[in-house]
Amino acid sequence: MSSAKSAKIDVRYVAKLARIALTEEEVERFGAQLGDLLEHVNVLSELDTASVAATAQVVESRNVEREDVAGSCLDRETVLSMAPQRQGAFFRVPRIIAEAE
Amino acid sequence: MAEYVRWSAAQIARAVNAGEVSARQIADATLEHVDAVDDRIGAFLTRLHEPARAAADRVDARVRAGEKLPLAGVPVAVKDNMCLTGTRTTCGSKILENWISPYTGTAVQRIIDAGGIPIGKCNMDEFAMGSSCENSALGVTRNPYDLRRVPGGSSGGSAAAVAAFESAIGLGSDTGGSIREPGAFCNIVGFKPTYGRVSRYGLVAFASSLDQIGPLTRTVEDAALAYDAMAGHDPMDSTSIARPVDPTAGALRDDLRGVRVGIVKEFVTEKLGPEIHALYQRAYKELTDLGAELVEVSLPTADYGLATYYLIAPAECSSNLARFDGVRYGLRVDGPDVGQMYENTRAAGFGPEVKRRILIGTYALSSGYYDAYYVKAQKARTLFSQDFARAFERCDLIASPAASSPAFEFNAKSDPYSMYMMDYYTIPMSLAGLPALSVPCGWVQNMPMGLQLAAPLFEEARLLGAAHAYERATRHAGEGAVAV
Repeated sequence: MSSAKSAKIDVRYVAKLARIALTEEEVERFGAQLGDLLEHVNVLSELDTASVAATAQVVESRNVEREDVAGSCLDRETVLSMAPQRQGAFFRVPRIIAEAE
Repeated sequence: MAEYVRWSAAQIARAVNAGEVSARQIADATLEHVDAVDDRIGAFLTRLHEPARAAADRVDARVRAGEKLPLAGVPVAVKDNMCLTGTRTTCGSKILENWISPYTGTAVQRIIDAGGIPIGKCNMDEFAMGSSCENSALGVTRNPYDLRRVPGGSSGGSAAAVAAFESAIGLGSDTGGSIREPGAFCNIVGFKPTYGRVSRYGLVAFASSLDQIGPLTRTVEDAALAYDAMAGHDPMDSTSIARPVDPTAGALRDDLRGVRVGIVKEFVTEKLGPEIHALYQRAYKELTDLGAELVEVSLPTADYGLATYYLIAPAECSSNLARFDGVRYGLRVDGPDVGQMYENTRAAGFGPEVKRRILIGTYALSSGYYDAYYVKAQKARTLFSQDFARAFERCDLIASPAASSPAFEFNAKSDPYSMYMMDYYTIPMSLAGLPALSVPCGWVQNMPMGLQLAAPLFEEARLLGAAHAYERATRHAGEGAVAV
């Protein structure tokens, strides 16, 4: 784990991964706050976990399966009526694929 | 105010089932009281007056037809991250401000099936991230015992509603303390069951391996009634536990003879100041007065709880909240292409605390940091389960403070980490999935404090039984009065 000294986040890069547009002011403020938080969480490096298994699910870990049969679900009109923009039976979104030059 | 609003859920259900009062009369009195006080408290984001009256009439018809309902006519204040068909479910966020639930979640449906009446949707920290309700983007909730102070969070609206007699039961969700801490701040019982005991279907996810629904009530008996109605396996939630549920309402005790209560030696209450230290020493003494034996236990990882939690919970939240992208529901802020639409939508829709948690979680899961942060925290989490298993070899329950201070004033916690510290005592139990609750244990600065009791996995009956004995013997909740 990195030392407290190097606890610095490239906030712009992380925000890009997280798909959140940040203002300059937010980049400054979140950068400082997240750096502080990282210093706090770096105490975990004191724990010896070399022979410890990771916990993903704390109570019961089992695979859950069901028969592959059709069940009921929300009807299409209900789902589409929640959409910010729709076109007929589709969700409408801005351009995804750039036009060829 | 009508006397009905002060009744417990147990009293209401008994009287409605016996035909002494109708569910409609209870609903009318409750809604009138909500209208009289909630402009000052701010517990509700949505009041459901007409649906509640209609639901009460349906309960009255069921009772007339001979049904006996464990929650007959009991008003229920629902945290606004739980879906109820046809109502707004905002999560206290601008991104869901106008979203109407197309279905009802399992916990809420089971409450309705048991005769409960949803009377409104309650304010909360945005997406349940916070300990004061101040992170709500949609409203301010005030502590009914002092309107200058916060109600706690994130289930602060549900807690304030119950404390101010606006509802007999509040439904909350607890990820790191979000039922227990507002319960303590508002002088009521806040109960988080074992992870997986209550279905999360229809609960908007924050951190899926930690989130658990539970009740906020003015008595332990009411918490047991609400839990018994909600608990049990649900095929719609693959993490809900398949094993049978022991009903808790019949397990309430009046003494603690033969119960060994563990006091965690790392939870040093001296550092909370002399007044709070003395309060908890008295609470532990009160347990022995009831026949309990105190034993010292150790949680060597106690001081690593916050660090572990503030990696795992944000990592899971960054993944869960990826669904809010402006495509299928909720807010959209347009952009020239789909990527910029995502970024603009999420920039406008999420508040600062949610953005911080998404960013830290994204960082902890990103290439190059995943093993050092996320996997490390998951390994640390294993140590918590091991520590508790060792501690519970020597005791039946663990007692501790529920929060490190009484409810604070608005804007008192300016840096994020000082707010996170509020959950120091509740996070370890969350990491281990344990059932735990807060029960009123006295007053500091004229504000209520909570005693946290925790039990081994699945021992809800033991936990509620003991809390009932403590509540009956001490009656600390009755030592103060609400300000409205």
